[in-house]
Amino acid sequence: AARMFLRLLSDIQWRAAHPKWRRMTSSQRSTSTTAEPHPVSLPAQAQVVICGGGIMGTSVAYHLSKMGWKDIVLLEQGRLAAGTTRFCAGIVSTARPVSIELKMAHYSNKLYQQLEQETGVQTGYMKTGSISLAQTQDRLISLKRIASSLNVMGIPCEIISPKKVLQLHPLINIHDLVGAMYVPEDALVSSANVSLALATAASRNGVQIHERTCVSHVTIQKGRVTGVETDRGRIQCEYFVNCAGQWAYELGHSGEQPVHIPLHACEHFYLLTHPLKEPLSSSLPTIVDPDGRIYIRNWQGGILSGGFEKNPKPLFTEGRNQLEIQNLQEDWDHFGPLLGALLRRMPGLEALQIMQLVNCPESFTPDMRCIMGESPTARGYFVLAGMNSAGISYGGGAGKYLAEWIVNGYPSENVWPLDLKRFGTLQSSRTFLRHRVMEVMPLMCDLKVPRWDFQTGRQLRTSPLYDRLDAQGARWMEKHGFERVKYFVPPGSDLLDLDHSKTFYKPDWFDIVGSEVKCCKEAVCVIDMSSFTKFEISSTGDQALESLQYLFSNDLDVPVGHVVHTGMLNEKGGYENDCSIARLSKRSFFMISPTDQQVHCWTWLKNRLPDDSNLVLEDVTWKYTALNLIGPRAVDVLSELSYAPMTAEHFPSLFCKEMSVGYANGIRVMSITHTGEPGFVLYIPIEYALHVYNEVMNMGQKYGIRNAGYYALRSLRIEKFFAFWGQDLDAFTTPMECGREFQVKLDKGMEFLGQEALWEQKQNGVYKRFTMFILEDHDTDMDLWPWWGEPIFRNGRYVGKTTSSAYSYTLERHVCLGFVHHFDEKTGEELVVTTDFINQGEYEIDIAGQRFQAKAKLYPFSSLFTQRRRKDEVELSGYQRE
Amino acid sequence: FYLTPSQVNSILKANEYSFKVPEFDGKNVSSVLGFDSNQLPANAPIEDRRSAATCLQTRGMLLGVFDGHAGCACAQAVSERLFYYIAVSLLPHETLLEIENAVESGRALLPILQWHKHPNDYFSKEASKLYFNSLRTYWQELIDLNSGETTDVREALINAFKRLDNDISLEAQVGDPNSFLNYLVLRVAFSGATACVAHVDGIDLHIANTGDSRAMLGVQEEDGSWSAVNLSYDHNAQNEREVERVKMEHPKSEEKSLVKQDRLLGLLMPFRAFGDVKFKWSIELQKRVVESGPDQLNDNEYTKFIPPNYYTPPYLTAEPEVIHHKLRPQDKFLVLATDGLWETMHRQDVARIVGEYLTGVHHQQPIAVGGYKVTLGQMHGLLTERRARISSVFEDQNAATHLIRHAVGNNEFGTVDHERLSKMLSLPEELARMYRDDITIIVVQFNSHVIGAYQNEE
Repeated sequence: AARMFLRLLSDIQWRAAHPKWRRMTSSQRSTSTTAEPHPVSLPAQAQVVICGGGIMGTSVAYHLSKMGWKDIVLLEQGRLAAGTTRFCAGIVSTARPVSIELKMAHYSNKLYQQLEQETGVQTGYMKTGSISLAQTQDRLISLKRIASSLNVMGIPCEIISPKKVLQLHPLINIHDLVGAMYVPEDALVSSANVSLALATAASRNGVQIHERTCVSHVTIQKGRVTGVETDRGRIQCEYFVNCAGQWAYELGHSGEQPVHIPLHACEHFYLLTHPLKEPLSSSLPTIVDPDGRIYIRNWQGGILSGGFEKNPKPLFTEGRNQLEIQNLQEDWDHFGPLLGALLRRMPGLEALQIMQLVNCPESFTPDMRCIMGESPTARGYFVLAGMNSAGISYGGGAGKYLAEWIVNGYPSENVWPLDLKRFGTLQSSRTFLRHRVMEVMPLMCDLKVPRWDFQTGRQLRTSPLYDRLDAQGARWMEKHGFERVKYFVPPGSDLLDLDHSKTFYKPDWFDIVGSEVKCCKEAVCVIDMSSFTKFEISSTGDQALESLQYLFSNDLDVPVGHVVHTGMLNEKGGYENDCSIARLSKRSFFMISPTDQQVHCWTWLKNRLPDDSNLVLEDVTWKYTALNLIGPRAVDVLSELSYAPMTAEHFPSLFCKEMSVGYANGIRVMSITHTGEPGFVLYIPIEYALHVYNEVMNMGQKYGIRNAGYYALRSLRIEKFFAFWGQDLDAFTTPMECGREFQVKLDKGMEFLGQEALWEQKQNGVYKRFTMFILEDHDTDMDLWPWWGEPIFRNGRYVGKTTSSAYSYTLERHVCLGFVHHFDEKTGEELVVTTDFINQGEYEIDIAGQRFQAKAKLYPFSSLFTQRRRKDEVELSGYQRE
Repeated sequence: FYLTPSQVNSILKANEYSFKVPEFDGKNVSSVLGFDSNQLPANAPIEDRRSAATCLQTRGMLLGVFDGHAGCACAQAVSERLFYYIAVSLLPHETLLEIENAVESGRALLPILQWHKHPNDYFSKEASKLYFNSLRTYWQELIDLNSGETTDVREALINAFKRLDNDISLEAQVGDPNSFLNYLVLRVAFSGATACVAHVDGIDLHIANTGDSRAMLGVQEEDGSWSAVNLSYDHNAQNEREVERVKMEHPKSEEKSLVKQDRLLGLLMPFRAFGDVKFKWSIELQKRVVESGPDQLNDNEYTKFIPPNYYTPPYLTAEPEVIHHKLRPQDKFLVLATDGLWETMHRQDVARIVGEYLTGVHHQQPIAVGGYKVTLGQMHGLLTERRARISSVFEDQNAATHLIRHAVGNNEFGTVDHERLSKMLSLPEELARMYRDDITIIVVQFNSHVIGAYQNEE
């Protein structure tokens, strides 16, 4: 019966395929399980081998072949589209909160729509639209935020009333709804058939497809993929693409040199029913009821409904390979709450007869975003997996980006949020993954307010001061596995309240962070910044300097003891990393990068530094605890502790020196703060961390020292217009576009990466410009707060999105940072953005559908850099255009 | 008037008691893992009693439930004394001698029983001397009788039951100079009690039953389902063999008056019981004892009343029916309970509820739709009901409490209905007895590993 059902669901229509394997599959259909002799032997070599014949593998094959690569072999251990792809609910939904995911889904939708015409394979594509329901005002806000970003992408989308919902879908109980979001172009497909259509097209383009071929491991030599071993022999290849879905983790670990792909499978259930008495129309919109944790689509006159329960069932933690996903156990008791939610939403379905409860495992990742990109340890080893149950929505776009990545070296969009290199080996523990996916799966439906954090898999990497800070009221967030302080709760505050406050409006920590900021401005604060990535590069001769001069845009040939802020740019001049580099000696450098750069930056450097045993790159992140002393009195604290004069004459800004602090010697002190405030960062060998911290706190008492967290830091850096890599800056942003030409030395006398692109921009201008916006008519207490990703409107026209925002306690206004583009009014073509274009516009920021007037600025308030200005002065200068 | 769930729980849990057989070196070598017991009163005060003890001079564990009638005095006395009589009956000759010598020379006695008592289970201090003397007389006779043979459990149980009932009768006839004690022994003798006692030693399980309490074995079948095996016969009018027995023991002329309205002589529900001398003594003896007895006894209409058609006493015996069962690995638990439970629940349901409780909800049979026609609504109802069952499991830490919750609160669908539970528990004292009887339950859980190991040895 199960097999029959699978046929029903996927409804495979097999037509004009590549002759080589059409014969094979059609014969297998009739004799389902018996092993067939393989009529075609595997090639001895190929340029690309793709493992996995699901939607991801076939999409990568399709796009690679479209881009002109022909020497491609796709291997599937069972049969095409037989895994999660076959069981997948087939909903193509563009309503995604992360912009790159939204773009992938949008592309997928367009691709699937024309796929049947292109390939002749019926895909079951049906444009039904989708309705996301809101049972609470907060949910409606989150839908409005998504609606704003869909609209500016040109994807039709509207917020509708419950009554309108009823008109669109007569079965819905709307009594508990406050509103909904309608996306009319969302679609339904037969996911297996989409996959088969992609395979058919790829096959016509010359891709060889081999079913029932199992990859045992990938061979890697000298950090490069050389081939794959299968149960049918070896194939030599340059590129390997792991699209093995929930088996991707195991496959990554099967070789001698493991490739860590952090994903974990969970059981996922959905229900199929017989048709209604009056069969449901196949054009009825799909319903997503996140507050009820369910989705409902029409299916062959009946419904298909599944959901994301609060208590997921992770599976295959120990790894259990199996050829195809056998029909896993149905678990009605587990499904009970979702069934309850379904009947609450559609009470009229009580009498509808059940056909089956399908158990279809889905793979989930530690941060709910899919995994794509090249392995940091093996060049040519690409991954596309971990779709968090949105495989069919992402399939087309993800396959396209990965194909571009393989062919061009990088996709046409910034995919850093999905890049495999955002993870380290630390996210690869099975226990971590098991616990984290149990949190992730319910989160699929949970309301995500600004600055939410994961609760599982925490306290993995910590500073030696963790316990001390925790005891003083620290509240923590996590970045790349590292615990960082958000803020310190003063004694006597209602802790419970703070920890559970979830709001799109003014958060409870507002005054707490305000007082930390005030202390940074007026006295001195300590922020533990140990999580930052720290590398040392040294050489016996000039190799270090020469290599770095090529890899970084600023001039690093500075006197010993100087610190340089510089971008690590790609060929297009985009930021691969943004860091501070201190010249420790003639031949050694100390480099500080954002926390999540640990894997990416390491890989970037490793792949580009000359293979020279006299040039040493070392990750020293774990060796140093970093304490950031921010504020006008930092200089007093430090000079008292070191008996050394620390004033600007003796210790100018952007300076680095090893000195003693308290009893501890060899502390690397740098006069930078990452915020624009005066102060220092102390890099302390970890065994001295507690001592130095205690000394600083004791000595600082008379200067009013206190602890502060990253929220204070954020507020300070954003009001100073400091861009941050990973948030504001990415591989598609150049220094020219964010006002950092002064950090680029085009004439430093030697060639560097990205130089040409920057020259061109310097001459021809830039196509987007990093801009600071001060919200004007925004009521901090009453209005929704900006977060990031809010659309920016210039003279009523969409020009870009914000990338970060914070409340400036100094300006007493919200500050948003973001990029302004110049789209031609008629053609939509991107035009050069000039200073005049920025300055001569009236701006608005759209927060969940509500627009707020904003003042645009290309340079920070100079007044903010001087201390103790009177407030009215600040206001005055704020209105002067630069 | 409405009880909150926590009020309901505090009522249900007031008398719960659990005992776990201690482990040595991380191993429990006993065939018994432990037991849960509980009582829910309907009478005020409750007339049921329960006892549990480990035999210290022989192996084995004793557990029993006692259902009193016409007051609680007899059930109380039996609950205190019966296990000593059983333990003594089981003792080898040398041990009896040793104990007697110790008493004789004023040395400390070997402990015979280790009791497992709830704080509410009391012993009457005043009567302890009297009870001890009767017990000592019994073992002295056993010493004199020294048969030399090893003690048979069945025989020991029967002897102990009969001897105790005899002692109760004798003590009432002899009386006591202490007026309190005198009144006590008379109350014990004139009231009655049934007894259902289990003796577990290794894989040998003996049930000695007198009256209409019941012992039931919970068996887990290979498919995981639960079934019930009776290990006792009710001694009442529903038991044809029992009716036959009574009729056999009396002349044919009385045949019609012996059992009326399903009661012995039209009065007594159980056909076997301790005490109840009104069904055992001759009319002359009853009159003499009542007349010479204290005023309170004389004023009591019940004691003075002679049953109708009372020609050939005794009509009642305390002799138990003993069933021996060799435990098997699939025998997971034993339920001893007074008729208050069995009136409200079928044994099959008892087996299922306790079985599912003890093994945890995970073993609840998964639902499969298969080829059946099930609607979403039906499935939703079914799942809701299963969840309710699970949630009531989580409320209870004690299998006996869990069973009482079901016995009192079950609705027509076999799930606990809080409203009904609340109503039943908030009945005023005078009404409670009309809707339910005292309920006393002991659930003994067996150690399948140990039982399996025993089996392999044999």
